[in-house]
Amino acid sequence: MSEPDARPDAIRAEHIAKRFGAVVALRDVSLHLRPGEALGLVGDNGAGKSTLIKILTGYLRPDAGKIFVDGEEVHLRSVDHARSLGIDTVYQDLALVPGLSVAHNMFLKRELVNGWGPFKWLNNRAMSEQARTYIANIGIATLASVDSEVALLSGGQRQAVAIARATHSAARILLLDEPLAAMGAREGKLILELIQEFKDRGDVSMILIAHNYVHVFDVADRLNLLRNGEIILDKLTADTSIDELTEIVASEYRVGS
Amino acid sequence: MAPAGTGSDTQRRAGLGRRVVGSFVRRREASILLIAAALFVVFSFMNSAFYSPDAIRTMADFAAPIALITAGEVMVLICGEIDLSVGMVFALSPIIMYLVSASPPDGAGLPIWLGVILGLVTGAAVGVVNGILTTVLRLPSFVATLGMLFFLNGVNLIALNGFQVLTPGGHTFRLITGNYIPQLLFNAEFFWAVGAVLVVQFILSRTRWGLHTIAVGGNMIGASEAGVNVNLVKIGNFVLATTLAGLAGILDSVRITSILPLQGGTGVMFQAVAAAVIGGTALIGGAGTVFGGFVGVVVLSVLNIGFNIVGVSAFYFDLIIGLAILGSMIANVQLGRLKNVAGLQ
Repeated sequence: MSEPDARPDAIRAEHIAKRFGAVVALRDVSLHLRPGEALGLVGDNGAGKSTLIKILTGYLRPDAGKIFVDGEEVHLRSVDHARSLGIDTVYQDLALVPGLSVAHNMFLKRELVNGWGPFKWLNNRAMSEQARTYIANIGIATLASVDSEVALLSGGQRQAVAIARATHSAARILLLDEPLAAMGAREGKLILELIQEFKDRGDVSMILIAHNYVHVFDVADRLNLLRNGEIILDKLTADTSIDELTEIVASEYRVGS
Repeated sequence: MAPAGTGSDTQRRAGLGRRVVGSFVRRREASILLIAAALFVVFSFMNSAFYSPDAIRTMADFAAPIALITAGEVMVLICGEIDLSVGMVFALSPIIMYLVSASPPDGAGLPIWLGVILGLVTGAAVGVVNGILTTVLRLPSFVATLGMLFFLNGVNLIALNGFQVLTPGGHTFRLITGNYIPQLLFNAEFFWAVGAVLVVQFILSRTRWGLHTIAVGGNMIGASEAGVNVNLVKIGNFVLATTLAGLAGILDSVRITSILPLQGGTGVMFQAVAAAVIGGTALIGGAGTVFGGFVGVVVLSVLNIGFNIVGVSAFYFDLIIGLAILGSMIANVQLGRLKNVAGLQ
């Protein structure tokens, strides 16, 4: 992303504000995401990261502010609407249904169907086959079968299924909320490799949310630090260091700062 | 993950036989089906009258209305709610039909089909109210439908002034709704019930609606994050349950040729919930089948008629149902736990 680029931002948010009753979750947040970029959005628990992501994915509506996708202003009405613009999300809680198969989870709310008019039935064969092919392509080799229930999968496998769900329908803007939370070292590596692969392909722009910036330092091109509902730092990863970030984060807790 | 091509093809073909056996073992409705068959054999040995056409017909009479109610109740339970008002809708819909279609001055004297439609629409409207109370006003469905249960019981008593009336309708209407068809052994209501079970099971396992119902019951927040309209799914299933309960009430009123304000009530409602639970539906939502619920109904009717025929006191019926509910819930919880432990290893 070093040379100037005439393309509009994949997504740009200006002066987003959101409050829940008396609680101000987002004060005045502006951020942008370049095409093909991986932006690390870091901040403490309660800084407003998840609220921001839920606004960008159409799940919550902001009280104020504008959102632009590919340079065009949009008013995101629903998750489906955001998805139709190519925005997809891997939520922190993964949003998987334990009693449904991997394939059904991957196609939840955009199922493949046969039939006419109001008489439509699920095309389970096509969903299973597409899910199987896609999962093999992105290299989640540890998954036994796309027909097994998600309840039977490990944490890392579930994370991989959630990422596969968000990306298999050609999402261009991917929001990942705490992709490495509650993940073992080996599983975390699997997810990081997956993210790196999307980065290498270059057709997906990503926002990686983490409370621990060390997790995303290696994969993010740029870092935004969110604190108390505002972004207080915006730097290329190459221009900063873990030490500098530690200093900034720690300064909040110093007496008299 | 098998590689694409011939490898996965042969694997799939080899897996077919095992899959049939495996799914039979895994499915809870299969084990309860075995119990139903065993009960049937035991009662048949105890008294040969048990497998006579008359007894089987009596079992079908008992099973049909509960099966219709259970089919809808299972859907409500799977999406994580419960409807306690279905037994009162069972009484309400035929009352509405009576008020619309009975000859004046008792009713409005309109055609019977209009009475049926308005009876069903009233049932559906109760479902809409139950759904809105539960989703928009955020009452627990147990409380919302408990209130509806008492409210409708009052409505039913007031509407008929506490009296029993004759079911309106001509010969053709009776034939297609509730009468015995001599060549077919069972009454028409039973065939309606079987049809409803097939249709609702298809909706549950083969349509987007069914998938979303399981998703809402299995992970409500996750389903809404994935874009599923949780409130719509819940309201829709409440409507399905009360409409089927209303249909059951109308069909049953034709079979017994009279309409009573206290028909159905909490008795059929609790039997429907019991049948659903015995058939493997999880009360916390996210799992269950309509077929399982139907098998649960069969178990209840085999027990009921069986005890009658072998001369066991009716007091034992409730005792056995209580044990059956507890037993199947223990199996539900413990098998689920075992499955999770096995899955994590």
